[in-house]
Amino acid sequence: MSLVTVIDYGMGNLRSVAKALEHVDPKANIKITNDAADIKAADHIVFPGQGAIGAAMDALKQRDLDKILLEQMGQKPFLGICLGLQVMMDASDEDGGTQGLGLLPGQVKRFPDHHTDTNGSRLKVPHMGWNQLQQTQSHPLWSGIEQGSRFYFVHSYYVTTDVQKEIAGTCNYGMEFVAAACRDNMFAVQFHPEKSAQAGLQLLQNFLNWDGQPA
Amino acid sequence: MGLAKRIIPCLDVRDGRVVKGVQFVDIRDAGDPVEVARRYDKEGADEITFLDITASSDNRDTIIHVVEAVASEVFIPLTVGGGIRKVEDIRRMLNAGADKVGINTAAVFNPELVQEASDKVGSQCIVVAIDAKCVSAEGEPKRWEIFTHGGRKGTGIDAIEWADRMQKYGAGEILLTSMDRDGTRIGFDLELTKAVCEAVEIPVIASGGVGNLQHLADGVTKGKADAVLAASIFHFAEYTVGEAKQFMADQGIEVRL
Repeated sequence: MSLVTVIDYGMGNLRSVAKALEHVDPKANIKITNDAADIKAADHIVFPGQGAIGAAMDALKQRDLDKILLEQMGQKPFLGICLGLQVMMDASDEDGGTQGLGLLPGQVKRFPDHHTDTNGSRLKVPHMGWNQLQQTQSHPLWSGIEQGSRFYFVHSYYVTTDVQKEIAGTCNYGMEFVAAACRDNMFAVQFHPEKSAQAGLQLLQNFLNWDGQPA
Repeated sequence: MGLAKRIIPCLDVRDGRVVKGVQFVDIRDAGDPVEVARRYDKEGADEITFLDITASSDNRDTIIHVVEAVASEVFIPLTVGGGIRKVEDIRRMLNAGADKVGINTAAVFNPELVQEASDKVGSQCIVVAIDAKCVSAEGEPKRWEIFTHGGRKGTGIDAIEWADRMQKYGAGEILLTSMDRDGTRIGFDLELTKAVCEAVEIPVIASGGVGNLQHLADGVTKGKADAVLAASIFHFAEYTVGEAKQFMADQGIEVRL
């Protein structure tokens, strides 16, 4: 039986993620944990998260999870969700500037105050709701998901990077931002697949089927 | 193309059952919440909101079981409101599988709860519900006040100022209900909706008064709402959520189809 660990570092509600994973693979052993042994034993690692990035980095360091993650990250299929994506970047503007894990090159920035679209219409922050995702490269995790499918987002900070080959998908909210990033065995998304109905469940299913090879 | 306007069916839940009455009179049983939620999800609802109207504190836990059961099979955002008094209540709902929690009366009597809750669980989980009623006389500039206890008790607090204050306290979203329109089926109070939507940076859900699909569309186009909430038009299958979305799409509103 494959072991899937959902990393618990005290940031946000992990039950929805675990429930969605159980739904797509009732046979998998889904474990919400912060135990190093579990993370090392896992076949797949899911790294969710909600809330503020400064508190998230502190929580990871406090439990030495940052070191364990860095060590395990290269070894097995890894999925970051929402704050899980942002924490993987070099740095964030949030909380007066926060250093990330630096696994992916890129920055985390806040949507501007008085944000507008190209027609000058007002855009609310947080970016909350269902927006369209443009797949910018083929990837096993996009299997069976139509180009332009809508996913559920809720965030006030967004990821940007110059390294095109590590962008798996983009989304537009007044400006284009990274909705999905990838490198080797890592995949990370800004949206919430566990709350994105059929398209989200398909992505989670694809992740559990994934051997960690990029293509 | 961009962010879709959301359609949110709302279920009133009492003692673990979905109920529907007109202004709390003539309450009829409208089914098992899990079944109803499943149906709305299939029809394409963007989120589902549960309002717990259980009167007896003995039965307060029934809503927790409802949320747990729904969250195990419906994978769209779930909001739960009603009877939330402290951060501990919020945590219990989130742990049961809710994504957002609505705070209403408690925010009025203890606004710091909103601040404390958003610090602890994140703004994205906190929806402040505002029940507003027009208090200006005819001919005067429109003014709305916050009411509690199902619209029976006035507070003297201006609704627009309150929305702004709740945003500053860390609310992630506002659920705005017109107490003048709630249950009337004559449409949203569009002036109120527009005034609040333009006053805050955070998303606003319009609620209260929906009787047909044009009302939903007006909430977005005229009221400037980011999302529209309705209960009765969906409950007895007058319209499906899918029909509502198609209607809005035909009027040029961006929705998730």
